[in-house]
Amino acid sequence: MDTKQRSLQELQQIKNMMERSSKFISLSGLSGISAGLCALAGAWFASQKIHCWQYGNCQFGDLINDTDRKVQNDVLLIAILTFVAAFATSFFFTYIRSKKTGMSMWGTTTIRLLWNIAIPLSAGAFFLIRSMQLNQYELITPGCLIFYGLALVNASKYTLREVRFLGYGQIFLGIINLWLTGYWVIFWVAGFGLLHIVYGILMWYKYERVSAVVNNNEE
Amino acid sequence: MINPIENLNKTFDSRVRLGIMSTLMVNDEINFNDLKQLIDVTDGNLASHIKALEESNFIKVNKGFIGKKTNTTYAVTKLGEKAFNQHLTALEKMIKGMK
Repeated sequence: MDTKQRSLQELQQIKNMMERSSKFISLSGLSGISAGLCALAGAWFASQKIHCWQYGNCQFGDLINDTDRKVQNDVLLIAILTFVAAFATSFFFTYIRSKKTGMSMWGTTTIRLLWNIAIPLSAGAFFLIRSMQLNQYELITPGCLIFYGLALVNASKYTLREVRFLGYGQIFLGIINLWLTGYWVIFWVAGFGLLHIVYGILMWYKYERVSAVVNNNEE
Repeated sequence: MINPIENLNKTFDSRVRLGIMSTLMVNDEINFNDLKQLIDVTDGNLASHIKALEESNFIKVNKGFIGKKTNTTYAVTKLGEKAFNQHLTALEKMIKGMK
């Protein structure tokens, strides 16, 4: 019984080391939730700006006269602020988690993860900038969703495996959105808002709830 | 019946060495500081275990530089890979065989 127990323990140690050394495992579920909430807030402000609820038309590209130009710039500003807020808050929660797991934020695994997110995202950024220059505004939300989804699928090899499913969801929504461009607010809310929040809650429940309970009992 | 314990590699009979080998099996190469942090040991302790594995020809050492600072990285050898896989199989057998 002793040798069996020891062998099991040893195998578990090996698995744990392999995972810790090759993947960024400190990604917190709370980061997903906070990013989702930022996306919801951003979508709310943007849709208020465009007043699309009033006119029943959310086509960003329909804003063409002078005052509309200002609205366009405001919406872009909201988008940038949303991105910064989402990034900052998710960074914060993951930083806290990395303190708890005792893993450095800036190991080789982090660089590998960020690099693999950056490739599809920057390709997407160029695509979207060009779309805007060509006044193809209806491609912005589907483009964001699709390229972000691809980045997540690509990155899932270097972090929690479940990130892959979040990526599939975003790609799926993005593709449907290509044909229902008038509903971009709804797709934005569903993809960047709700999917993130659901994913975050599930991940927190699966990986962090237990350790939170243990920590509380120890204190 | 063959005693499965015979197949367990004595070289891996330490938490630190096991940690080094597991890490190198899934990474092309890794440097000293990353290893130290992952396994959570002192410099001297890690160095002596690395030396032992190097002497068994299970890992190879690459001395390089980043700017002026030395950057020594480690990688697993073919022999080390084979030995580690045998060790894993032996562990598995012990768990299965002793129900």
